[in-house]
Amino acid sequence: MRRRPSAAFWVMVVLLTLLVIVPLLWMVITSFKTVGESQADPPTLIPQDPSGRAFGEVLTTGGQNPVLRWALNSFAAATLHAALVVVVASMAGYALARMEFRGKNFIFSFILLTLFIPGFVFLMPNYLLMDNLGWLDTLWALVVPGAAGAFGVFFMRQFFLAIPKELEEVALIDGANAWIVFTRIILPNAKPALATLTVLSFLANWNDFVWPLFVLFSPERLTLPAGLSLLQGAYTTDYPVIMAGATVAAVPVLILYVFVQRYVIEGVARSGIKG
Amino acid sequence: MAAEASAGTLRRRRARASTGVRGYGRATPYLFLAPYLLLFVLFVIGPAIFGIWMSLHDWDFQLPGKPFVGLQNYKDLFDPLSATAEPFWHGMRATGIFTLASVPFLVVVPLGLAVLLNRKFPGRTFFRAVYFAPYVLGVAVIGLMFRYILDTTFGILNAFLGVFGIPEIGWTTEQPWAFVALVAVTVWWTAGFNAIIFLAGLQDIPAEQYEAAELDGANTWQQFRNVTLPGLRPVTVFIVTITLLASANMFGQALLITQGGPGDTTRTALMVITDTGFSQFRMGQASAMSYLLAICLSIVALITFALMRERKS
Repeated sequence: MRRRPSAAFWVMVVLLTLLVIVPLLWMVITSFKTVGESQADPPTLIPQDPSGRAFGEVLTTGGQNPVLRWALNSFAAATLHAALVVVVASMAGYALARMEFRGKNFIFSFILLTLFIPGFVFLMPNYLLMDNLGWLDTLWALVVPGAAGAFGVFFMRQFFLAIPKELEEVALIDGANAWIVFTRIILPNAKPALATLTVLSFLANWNDFVWPLFVLFSPERLTLPAGLSLLQGAYTTDYPVIMAGATVAAVPVLILYVFVQRYVIEGVARSGIKG
Repeated sequence: MAAEASAGTLRRRRARASTGVRGYGRATPYLFLAPYLLLFVLFVIGPAIFGIWMSLHDWDFQLPGKPFVGLQNYKDLFDPLSATAEPFWHGMRATGIFTLASVPFLVVVPLGLAVLLNRKFPGRTFFRAVYFAPYVLGVAVIGLMFRYILDTTFGILNAFLGVFGIPEIGWTTEQPWAFVALVAVTVWWTAGFNAIIFLAGLQDIPAEQYEAAELDGANTWQQFRNVTLPGLRPVTVFIVTITLLASANMFGQALLITQGGPGDTTRTALMVITDTGFSQFRMGQASAMSYLLAICLSIVALITFALMRERKS
């Protein structure tokens, strides 16, 4: 197990890296091609006649496919959603980790149990609920219902369990109340977990596909994933335009990922460890 | 009311005094939980129960009357003559095939990746980040990208295979290739996610266990068989569970890459459910389908648990 990596090992590592990078690169390359070149046989590896037409098409059309507008909607929804998740999940997670009260185990088990209910079960009833709240085709449908998910609470609880109790006890002796202890002592010590949960919630919301596809209708209110499926229908074989749309959706996330990959990966790694 | 409230305050004060520093007020935990529980009841518990209620009614979104029909929506799904049974079970078949074909790969490939990443080598953090990267992209990006790559006539995959003299394959238009393509794309997309969870599991296995095995003369393979695999069992159960859930939810890949085709062989259960509920407005029927799918899924999960436990003894 602990030998030095062999040449075969490195070949494997590099091949896998290419396997990840080539499709993404191909998407970006194609978005600079002309329609004719995108259908050339054999395919050209470098655009012979590079053109920004595809990007012009997706970034300027104000009509049916306002890609920039979709990006803005996605950003707003994902940001508000992440903020809401972090606030409610850290409060609930703290109560479940550090406070004694009647029904605690029951509530926690119940929340945990819903982690294993498949999402499609909520699709129809939540759609009707959105209709009744007047939230269909609005940002609220994207921001709020998803924040009821159990993952954030579970995740924050796990983190709070690991913080030493002395921290709070000292503050409580000094006469601080629960809210002060939570906001001034616990949260500042939970920054890594809060950052991780923010990033994971943001990404999940930014990428969500099924829900926005059905609760949003107006072209100018779509998020990127829902809009992209519209784009695919509208441009069918104009692959440079479709790839440009996909690139616009992918690049911001990939850039964000470069900076926060540590948080993302640690968050995912910790999600598998049960308490 | 007032007496009750003042008694509550009194009790709260006494609790704070008696339990000292560890004592938060009685109401405090509930106040901290309230915002989340409000959302939880409104968007999780409520809808889960309301969904059952809907499934017992002829709940047409567009019609004012929503008559109670008992278990009729469920019975229809088992009646070969009804209009809903055929597409539903067809969708269940597609989801079933996809699940059966994808879950093994989504366990074995990530395990291999995790073992690879568990070794110490320069650039390890970088490669770990690279292998995980596809997962941060949504299914919409993945779907559009691979729809082009897998195109029969001008996709780069067929062009690449053509170099080796392999004739054009209809990745999105012929079976079994459509399923092969959907599974492969899903592995490309999510293997990194499962690998990271496996990797955390690997790092939790105490080094002493490997040292002891090595002293006993175990070779690398024997160490993997007798130390690594048993040590990973809880993590594996977790991964199989979340992967089963994800596979049963399969929707975007099939919608964007194969459009449910060829024919409607890759039209998954979730595609049938959303079509019934959102396009035909028969939400009661669609809810019944959702619950039936959820029940089937939990049966599969229970069988998997039983099998995994058996292997242990």
